Amino acid sequence: MYQYDQYDQQLVDQRVAQYRDQTRRYLAGELSEDEFRPLRLQNGLYIQRHAPMLRVSIPYGLLSSAQLRVLAHIARTYDKGYGHFTTRQNIQYNWPPLETVPDILADLATVEMHAIQTSGNCIRNVTSDQFAGIAEDEVEDPRPYCELIRQWATLHPEFAYLPRKFKIAVTGSERDRAATQVHDIGLQLQRTADGELGFRVLVGGGLGRTPIIGEVVREFLPERELLGYLEAILRVYNLLGRRDNMYKARIKILVKAMGIDAFASAVEKEWQHTRQDPALQLEDADIAGFKKHFPAPAYRTDVDTAGADRLLAGNADFQRWYRRNTVSHQQPGYRAVVVSLKAKDRAPGDATDAQMEAVAELAERYSFGEARVTHQQNLVLADVAIDTLEALWHELDQHGLATPNVGTLSDMICCPGLDFCSLANAGSIDIAADINQRFDDLDYIYDLGELRVNLSGCMNGCGHHTVGHIGILGVDKKGEEFYQITLGGSSSNDATLGDRLGPAVSKDRVVDTMESIIHAYTDLREGEESFLETYRRVGMKPFKERAYA
Amino acid sequence: MPNLIRDRKLVDDDTWTHLDDEQPVPASGDVTVSWQRWQAEADTLRNRDGRLGVRLDGDVPVEELAGLTELPLIALHFPAFKDGRCYSHARLLRSRHGYAGEIRAIGDVLRDQLAYMERCGINAFEIREDRSADEALQAFDEFSVDYQGRSERPFPLRLRRS
Repeated sequence: MYQYDQYDQQLVDQRVAQYRDQTRRYLAGELSEDEFRPLRLQNGLYIQRHAPMLRVSIPYGLLSSAQLRVLAHIARTYDKGYGHFTTRQNIQYNWPPLETVPDILADLATVEMHAIQTSGNCIRNVTSDQFAGIAEDEVEDPRPYCELIRQWATLHPEFAYLPRKFKIAVTGSERDRAATQVHDIGLQLQRTADGELGFRVLVGGGLGRTPIIGEVVREFLPERELLGYLEAILRVYNLLGRRDNMYKARIKILVKAMGIDAFASAVEKEWQHTRQDPALQLEDADIAGFKKHFPAPAYRTDVDTAGADRLLAGNADFQRWYRRNTVSHQQPGYRAVVVSLKAKDRAPGDATDAQMEAVAELAERYSFGEARVTHQQNLVLADVAIDTLEALWHELDQHGLATPNVGTLSDMICCPGLDFCSLANAGSIDIAADINQRFDDLDYIYDLGELRVNLSGCMNGCGHHTVGHIGILGVDKKGEEFYQITLGGSSSNDATLGDRLGPAVSKDRVVDTMESIIHAYTDLREGEESFLETYRRVGMKPFKERAYA
Repeated sequence: MPNLIRDRKLVDDDTWTHLDDEQPVPASGDVTVSWQRWQAEADTLRNRDGRLGVRLDGDVPVEELAGLTELPLIALHFPAFKDGRCYSHARLLRSRHGYAGEIRAIGDVLRDQLAYMERCGINAFEIREDRSADEALQAFDEFSVDYQGRSERPFPLRLRRS
């Protein structure tokens, strides 16, 4: 993975010193709340319901074991012993006292980490595919481009005070695992017929209170032009995006207002200038230099590829885990392991300090000392030899990290909700717990097949409810928690916004309603049809009839 | 006492006066006028004894910047420090139009934005009156490295390649 050089380290160290002084001035009354707010936000610090919340950046989801250990140390030392991994591959701590944040940032800097631009109206952490570099359907490894974008965006002087937050996602595979169609900019690596590498560029996607699927602003952008083109988009947005109403300030609103064609020509016009800027032009040597940071690990060539087969024949528990939680790999004899953070008794995406330490150690012993965070709030050990899978499975299981439920109903995406977040209207973690309790038969869950259930505690949509096959959105009705249910959403290649089932249901009706929907599916499905396929074939009506019967 | 920084130094002999649109234009002395007034009265404003600058805000389209490069001073107005539009105006003035005169930030200008402003090409800062310009000078030394490059320092990516 990317290693800092002296410039990267200097920048992060100086950022810590800067923020330490800003915190001091705030506490001394030299900075007003209003003045301090964007400064703390751009260092990841929100003021939340119970305490501040600190969001730490995990660039495109990559972590070394050393970094994981520091994340565990932070959870233990400054927080209540756990952290929450997010859909944008970051980690959030819910209890760090404001005065300790400079120390936390200093600890992060010792392992080449930071919380820069994880919040605020600026370019946020760039996200990507958790299987980057190993996916069988990969066109090209997106990670070097993610790192280029990370550097370009970090403390970019022109784009620190945008109209609103700005999120970029990059995928390098046929199958979009990075939800690029629901980002402010989505980049899809492509290769032309004559082998030239570049990006399809989407713009104006996003969830939140006005969910919109992104539109193609450029069908093919040569890789060398990446930064010039991004700069052109950001400049057009910075100048023209609305600033009078924060709910209409995202780039998606600007794109809708101008129309994609007018927006695209404004960008093209600006790009004719930015592409001439030597500071933004990437030479082949630049790209090659970034690629060198992401070499293939030293794979063993003596892996017994039949190693897992014997176990699959004999051990039902291992077989379940293998089928659900491991993924095929470019390298013969290897698989990627998804470490489920969706155990029944924990909030989705949460990990304790001990679990983080455990993953750090297991990564060292089984997967070249690296782990990844997924958009679905799980972790990944990306490079595990098949003949070591069983031993790894046993060890993960001891730490409650082998729940064999990846891609199933209980692998829910879930925001922190009313329990932690000051924006939320309703709880989400407790709904997830209720769902887990009701649907606790693994064989039944497997029979339901691939099913994405996403929960958000408010319309800001951090739990991506709009793109869940089943989406659950918490709303406030005269002080009571109600839940709006949507069906048929997807953030994959066939990105779709879910349709509303009908009137919101009260909290005690959510799980029953969900069960009716599931029963409707099992009655209606034909053959191996997935929930989403069935829904798309039969439409809302039969689901609605059953849900409100 | 003006709370002005220019080229990282405190300035106590600033010659510029910002004229409201209603104020009569004095026969001499250095004045700035709003973009609107400059549009309406450019010819008369040119024929006087004293230098002339123009004040812009984020509403002025960046296409208009090309016509301003002969002016000795362009003031960029930040109505609130969170309004980041004029960072783009500054950057384009310097990089695209080769503007070499003074670019001055006015309005809600505070220490914690100065480094970004300077990196975009703003070289003079009227610090908000209730804040100390002297203290704000420290903002320029907080970072010795950046990823985007600026005129007086090579881009780190380029450095790495050599």
